[in-house]
Amino acid sequence: MSASPKTSPPPPLGKDLVGLEPLSASQIALILDTATPFKEVSTRRIKKVPVLRGKTVVNLFFEPSTRTRLSFDFAEKRLSADTVHVASSDSSVTKGETLVDTARNLEAMQIDMVVLRHWSAGAAAFLAERIPSNVINAGDGAHEHPTQALLDLFTLRDHFGAIEGLKVCILGDILHSRVARSNIYGLAKMGAEVAVCAPRTLLPAGVEDMGARVFRRVGEAVEWADALNVLRLQLERMRGGFVPSLREYNRVFGVTQERLARAPKPLLILHPGPMNRGVEIDSAVADGPHSVILRQVTNGIAVRMAVLYLLAGGAPSAAESEAARA
Amino acid sequence: MPDAGGARLWIRGGRVVDPAQGLDMRADVLVEDGRIAAVGEGLAPQGDSGGAGEGGRVLDATGLVMAPGFVDPHAHLCEPGGEHRETIASGARAAAAGGYTALCAMPSADPVVDDPAAVGFAVAAGRRAGGARVFPAAALSVGCRGEQLTEFGEVVAAGAVALAEGKAVRSTLLMRRALDYAQSFGVPVLGHCEDPWLAEGGVMHEGVVSTRLGLRGKPAVAEETGVARDVALARATGGRLHVQRVSTAAACRLLRRAKNQGVRVTAEATPHHLLLNHEALEGYGTEHKVDPPLRPAADAKALRQALANGVIDCIATDHSPRHYDEKEQAFDDAPFGVVGLETAFAVLHTELVLGGVLGLPTLIERMSPGPAGALGLPGGSLEPGRPADVVLLDPAHRWTIDPSAFLSKSRNTPFAGFRAVGRAVRTLVAGETVWSLED
Repeated sequence: MSASPKTSPPPPLGKDLVGLEPLSASQIALILDTATPFKEVSTRRIKKVPVLRGKTVVNLFFEPSTRTRLSFDFAEKRLSADTVHVASSDSSVTKGETLVDTARNLEAMQIDMVVLRHWSAGAAAFLAERIPSNVINAGDGAHEHPTQALLDLFTLRDHFGAIEGLKVCILGDILHSRVARSNIYGLAKMGAEVAVCAPRTLLPAGVEDMGARVFRRVGEAVEWADALNVLRLQLERMRGGFVPSLREYNRVFGVTQERLARAPKPLLILHPGPMNRGVEIDSAVADGPHSVILRQVTNGIAVRMAVLYLLAGGAPSAAESEAARA
Repeated sequence: MPDAGGARLWIRGGRVVDPAQGLDMRADVLVEDGRIAAVGEGLAPQGDSGGAGEGGRVLDATGLVMAPGFVDPHAHLCEPGGEHRETIASGARAAAAGGYTALCAMPSADPVVDDPAAVGFAVAAGRRAGGARVFPAAALSVGCRGEQLTEFGEVVAAGAVALAEGKAVRSTLLMRRALDYAQSFGVPVLGHCEDPWLAEGGVMHEGVVSTRLGLRGKPAVAEETGVARDVALARATGGRLHVQRVSTAAACRLLRRAKNQGVRVTAEATPHHLLLNHEALEGYGTEHKVDPPLRPAADAKALRQALANGVIDCIATDHSPRHYDEKEQAFDDAPFGVVGLETAFAVLHTELVLGGVLGLPTLIERMSPGPAGALGLPGGSLEPGRPADVVLLDPAHRWTIDPSAFLSKSRNTPFAGFRAVGRAVRTLVAGETVWSLED
């Protein structure tokens, strides 16, 4: 039996996963709960359950990505979906075809789900409105990257037991970061306190109005937080004049052993990757005992399996038994 | 019913609103040989003869407002090079359908209108159009590349009424030269006043909405610094500057101060900046992607006040036709711009006049003599001797804006489905009907 039940109640997440902003706390909790049984699948000798057998999933990537693309691919394959990858370098996108035409062509090939990574904010919502397939946002410009935030939430919950009441500070290039936005929405909805810390040049206008406290100095953030989510500082930001040099960025805003040593308690360290060691984070911190960076990667597959399962019409209550099937 | 049957035409029984003469009264208008001959009570023949016995015809305007035809200081007609979006003919007819009898066409064609031949083409195509009169603006610099001034003397002799770059003039020196040099030809420089570095890459207003949506913002201060620079240059040179599509409260404050100090500056605002705000971008609707971007509600409110008190001299549509598939793209990829010629009066009358922000005579002032004065265009008054460019307005007409009914070739409006009260029902250019709702 596939994931579609015979009498279908309204799908618990709706048709698409465009972002965490439109989701409720209970929907987010449902994804995290559903991910738990699926996490076990990846530890088996035969890492496969027949949950999405016969479903066709297209991973449509208009931007380069290694980690997210691989993670979705593993999640899809471990659920037995048939997957196709379309990357901007080898698609008709480079021949000037618009997003909507690309999508309609895929649709004409009778697919079931699209995982979209696009450079333009709003691209996932744009596509979701125009095609009947389920659309999962794998990052749209500086807007949202919901599955990354979900895996961050899963990792935090796994470690602390609960998200409510946690103090989480996101450090780094908040201005250009979809990970930051999705995390701010997700953490706030789940009852955590959220802060951001960055030079003012890398903070977006009105970020306080999104419910995030702002720290100007890493020292203040470290004193306050239970966990730090450290974002990559892209090298282009220096050329764009947002920071004068990477060396100074590391000195003033980098997450270093010395700074963490001054924290009143050990802080959990998250990083969505890929890391610039020695820029936003020191190797000793990234590889240290409180880093959960690789656990994030493992959890990413489980969370994405849960999202694929729920969007494909899988019953939340059946997740455990579905995941248990060999 | 053709109007050209007789040399005389009486428009009878309407409310004449002519702000240039301070008129607001029930009166008849007599048109002879395409010009206003007289405005007064009891001019028209009475009865149902239709004026035949008097050597002319009568147009009944009972229940309507007679006003000088609207003048749009800022429209993009896309010809040559963008005929799938609009042509000079379709744009001029769309203008007439919105009550406009004249418009200033921006040089933003492809190739840009930067030489006398291109200006001459626009003038000739405008004459053939059979709609509103078309007055072209020429590019300020060759190819709008911001390097070398166009031949102002030549393009003005060919019919250009103003100089416009269609984007910020990056070089302060070139802008100064333009404001200096244009003075020999009596035409204004139309300023796209914005700091190009602060605004670079922005697709909407920089604020909490752009932050939430993850879109790159243009900060309000980009407009403030741009207006400050160009107003300073206008003051220093004595040149005539018309600030296009003001969108911020800060720019209004700068303009008020400049006007109080006697700087030769005028300014326009668009219906969309007056009535909408950046929250309309939620959902990434590309029909709200405009440049400058829709601003917060407080800016729109300041603009409405500036329009009411005259700091903003006139309404501009910034009519920017886009083919439907151009707007059917991810937000970053879609072009800026909305059409506005056929909706400007209706939405402004509904929201501003019926909303109590300003009176109908003031709205008419900002849509007719205001823009005509700012750009030095003919029209804007029903004074005897002027061309009979007249609009008949039905202020009680209820209708729903339906883009599929537009005469414009493009449909990109943020006002689709807007329930409007008030509409231009007949437009006359030189005494001839160029558009009527009945036809």
